[in-house]
Amino acid sequence: MSIIKGKILSGEYLDSITLLVVTEEMNKTKGVIESSVVMGSRENKAILQNSGLMLPEFKDTTDNDLLVCIKAETEEVSTDILDNIQTIFKKFRNSDENTEDYSPKSFDGAIKLMPEANLSLISIAGKYATREAMKALKSGLHVMIFSDNVSIEDELKLKQYGASKGLLVMGPDCGTAIINGAPLAFANVVNRDNIGIVAASGTGLQEISCIISNEGAGISQAIGTGGRDVKKEIGGIMFLQALQALNEDKETEVIVLVSKPPHEDVLKKIAFEIKKIKKPVVAIFIGASAEVIKASGAIPASTLEETALIAAALSKGKKIEDIKPELEKAEVAIKTLASNLLKNKKNMQKYLRGLFSGGTLCDETQLILKEHIGYVYSNTPLNKDFKLMDAWKSKENSVVDMGDDEFTVGRPHPMIDFSLRNKKIVEEASDPEVAVILLDVVLGYGSNLNPASELVPAITKAKEISPEITIICSITGTESDPQNRADVNRRLENAGAIVMQTNASASKLAAYIIK
Amino acid sequence: MSINDLFGKDLKVVNTGLSSFAENLKHSGVETVNVDWKPSVNVRPDYLNLIEDNSDKIAAANKKTTDIILKGMPVLVGLDIAINVIPGMKKNMILHSGPPITWDRMCGPTRGAIMGALIYEGMAKNIEEAEKIASSGKIEFAPCHEHSSVGPMAGIISPSMPVFIIKNEAFGNYAYCTLNEGLGKVLRYGAFGEDVITRLKWMEQVLYPTLKRAVEKLGRIDLKNMIAQALHMGDEVHNRNRAGTSLFFRAIAPAIMRTTDNLEDAAKVLEFINGNDHFFLNLSMPASKAVLDPARNIKYSSVVVVMARNGTDFGVQLSGTGDTWFTGAALVPDALYFPGYTKADANPDIGDSAITETGGLGGFAIAAAPAIVQFVGGSAKDAISYTMQMYEITVAENNMYQIPYLNFRGTPTGIDVIKVIDKSLTPFIDTGVAHKNPGVGQVGAGVLSAPIEPFVKAFEGFAETLK
Repeated sequence: MSIIKGKILSGEYLDSITLLVVTEEMNKTKGVIESSVVMGSRENKAILQNSGLMLPEFKDTTDNDLLVCIKAETEEVSTDILDNIQTIFKKFRNSDENTEDYSPKSFDGAIKLMPEANLSLISIAGKYATREAMKALKSGLHVMIFSDNVSIEDELKLKQYGASKGLLVMGPDCGTAIINGAPLAFANVVNRDNIGIVAASGTGLQEISCIISNEGAGISQAIGTGGRDVKKEIGGIMFLQALQALNEDKETEVIVLVSKPPHEDVLKKIAFEIKKIKKPVVAIFIGASAEVIKASGAIPASTLEETALIAAALSKGKKIEDIKPELEKAEVAIKTLASNLLKNKKNMQKYLRGLFSGGTLCDETQLILKEHIGYVYSNTPLNKDFKLMDAWKSKENSVVDMGDDEFTVGRPHPMIDFSLRNKKIVEEASDPEVAVILLDVVLGYGSNLNPASELVPAITKAKEISPEITIICSITGTESDPQNRADVNRRLENAGAIVMQTNASASKLAAYIIK
Repeated sequence: MSINDLFGKDLKVVNTGLSSFAENLKHSGVETVNVDWKPSVNVRPDYLNLIEDNSDKIAAANKKTTDIILKGMPVLVGLDIAINVIPGMKKNMILHSGPPITWDRMCGPTRGAIMGALIYEGMAKNIEEAEKIASSGKIEFAPCHEHSSVGPMAGIISPSMPVFIIKNEAFGNYAYCTLNEGLGKVLRYGAFGEDVITRLKWMEQVLYPTLKRAVEKLGRIDLKNMIAQALHMGDEVHNRNRAGTSLFFRAIAPAIMRTTDNLEDAAKVLEFINGNDHFFLNLSMPASKAVLDPARNIKYSSVVVVMARNGTDFGVQLSGTGDTWFTGAALVPDALYFPGYTKADANPDIGDSAITETGGLGGFAIAAAPAIVQFVGGSAKDAISYTMQMYEITVAENNMYQIPYLNFRGTPTGIDVIKVIDKSLTPFIDTGVAHKNPGVGQVGAGVLSAPIEPFVKAFEGFAETLK
């Protein structure tokens, strides 16, 4: 059963292609068997005749008439469309012609659009990253490679080539940098001033730059190199290039170096370079002794916090000694807080569980804990005897880097996706021997935009399960970060967490409670 | 630029990968271009090395090739009968579009058009006879492109069909193309009914002599100039030829009136041209062919000089690989269909008309043709995006053909097969759609991205020449 109905719209005009589109749209309507919208020319009427859609009333129409014809299962279907035909036309007449910026499909397409481009930020899969990076270097652009899984041979090739052209090659596996005030990849919004940073450690750079900024000092440039740069194979090519550049940079008056302990050959080269520099150089090679750093000619610091505070003091023309009383005062406050928190612990609660999203922060915590309570278990331990057999199962005192590969395969980084860590928080709270859960909360571009909303339910749940448990959060971030540090701080405290301003102070608090 | 030079400048970032990084940078006021990246087509690494090692020679050859293309000066100089002028044309020969193909592999529309042509030529009385002759082996089939010619859709040229003669005045070579029959049930879409044959006969007996005399009177009609103007008037001279046809009409009409011996015939001829918005297509195509032919056979050149489809295969020829065809299966276009038809009725992509894209027109110039944006998603933005993408796989920008919306930027011209493979981005082609069965005709019009296979083969074939 079918019925054909039509309508003549005199003086109406739509171009032939719009007519086809309208026809297609009508044909999609439920109950429509076939339809046609055409101008009433002789040829078109012949087409209607052939397709069995010609109606007697169309006989005398002309090129200036628009004909609508619908073959439908019921009369209601046709009538409904015919009554609303202007609405359908309008949809295609007023289609959005907003011409947004064109997204080029390739690097050279991008260069055509922006010939003065000077930095290429690459975050495609590692196996493609080398080729894209080489294209950028050959075109004279500095490069930041966020991608990991780039071979060390390729890294060496890129860095040698970059160095020969005087270009920066940050990464592979460089998570953060701040160049000319621009936050690249995972970076915080910090004050701009006179402290330059070279970092072979992503969260190390974030923590230091945030503390500096929160102290009222600021960053001239923060250059990431990727963790492998200071290994023997790469020989610190970019670490040294960046150090030289900061030495020559007029805006930079204090230089900060942060890294895991460099290979001894690389350390020699760094030391050789530092000796030529008149600006103060503050260094933390996480895990290396103060003697090693002193031998390099730099001012040694024991934590990321201390590194930042020394640099901030120097940048304002103060002496290192000036900040000592302040640090000692802070230490006392932490101890007092710890003893208050200890009062309501049950006897069986004796262990610490750290759940980290930042790798360097996890390392720093282990170093601080080692001083106070000795080695702790970890998936990335300081001492291989303390390697967790199963990263998913904590043991005694444990700190886990949840940004490590075994947790991130097939899922986003824990700075973005909190679900796995939230699960772990509840799990640890269910263990009656756990006294403290230690968490890092890293703000800034790239990280989850609403970390408080992610964490609060897990913290609340943990507190329900174990009311005597202490949950300590450190925040790496600034007031200017998109997440707003003060807001995150308040909401975590309201949920019952103890919020510390740095990872070092959070770790110390944890250590004093466990001690 | 040294590291310290960078410190003094505004950071300008090309972001490849996570688009959120680009958003963040834009949010913090950093000028950023986000690359909509995808991996290259997988090809043998030794080929990539060969190309890398010869990159200077290739760049120089490609420059030479596109210089020749840009210098081309296509001019309509006359009309004649195919057998008289097309090089190598024989009495028992029928030219078709696309790469070489045998009768058994030909698609419906091509078969239909060949059968129609045999009836038109008087070689067969009816379709049954025509089919028998066509499959007998007595008829020699050859690609138009191998005879300095091009044909839209089925692209059939039989010995007694009238053709336009286009001369490239810069290089002295010629190209040929039949006269456009109009839309709907026409030979080039595989229709062969009596009305089709009657129209072809009228074209031979009335249209052809009338136009021939008029063109003789004018001496020459500058097609490069006419195409350039048409682009400013909303044509891309492949799927929209309304402006080009109007310009041609303006140029030819007085000459027709001055040279005709029969006013009624003259009026019919003018009505025919006026009534067929695609009349100019059969001039824009041979104009492109005439311009591309002198750019053939340049050693080390990876520039595409032919893209053509026969409804079964999509064929590509490169300047640096001589007369070799690189082919792959032709695809069915995304199209807008006439009432009563769907994609299921459509034949795979067909015709030599992709010569316009090869020469920097058609789909490459679609940003100049806002009236037909419904073919590409409905908005001007889509059309601009397609043209912008084509800049990424071409070597040059046209000196004469321009896009008004893009501040009169020259159209993307000279497809580089290396770029196609590197960016996994194939040429964007405007097209008409023929019914898959012989005898039916046109069922729609649309666009498609060329299949990658012929370009991969062309890339490999090109790399082999570097050994």
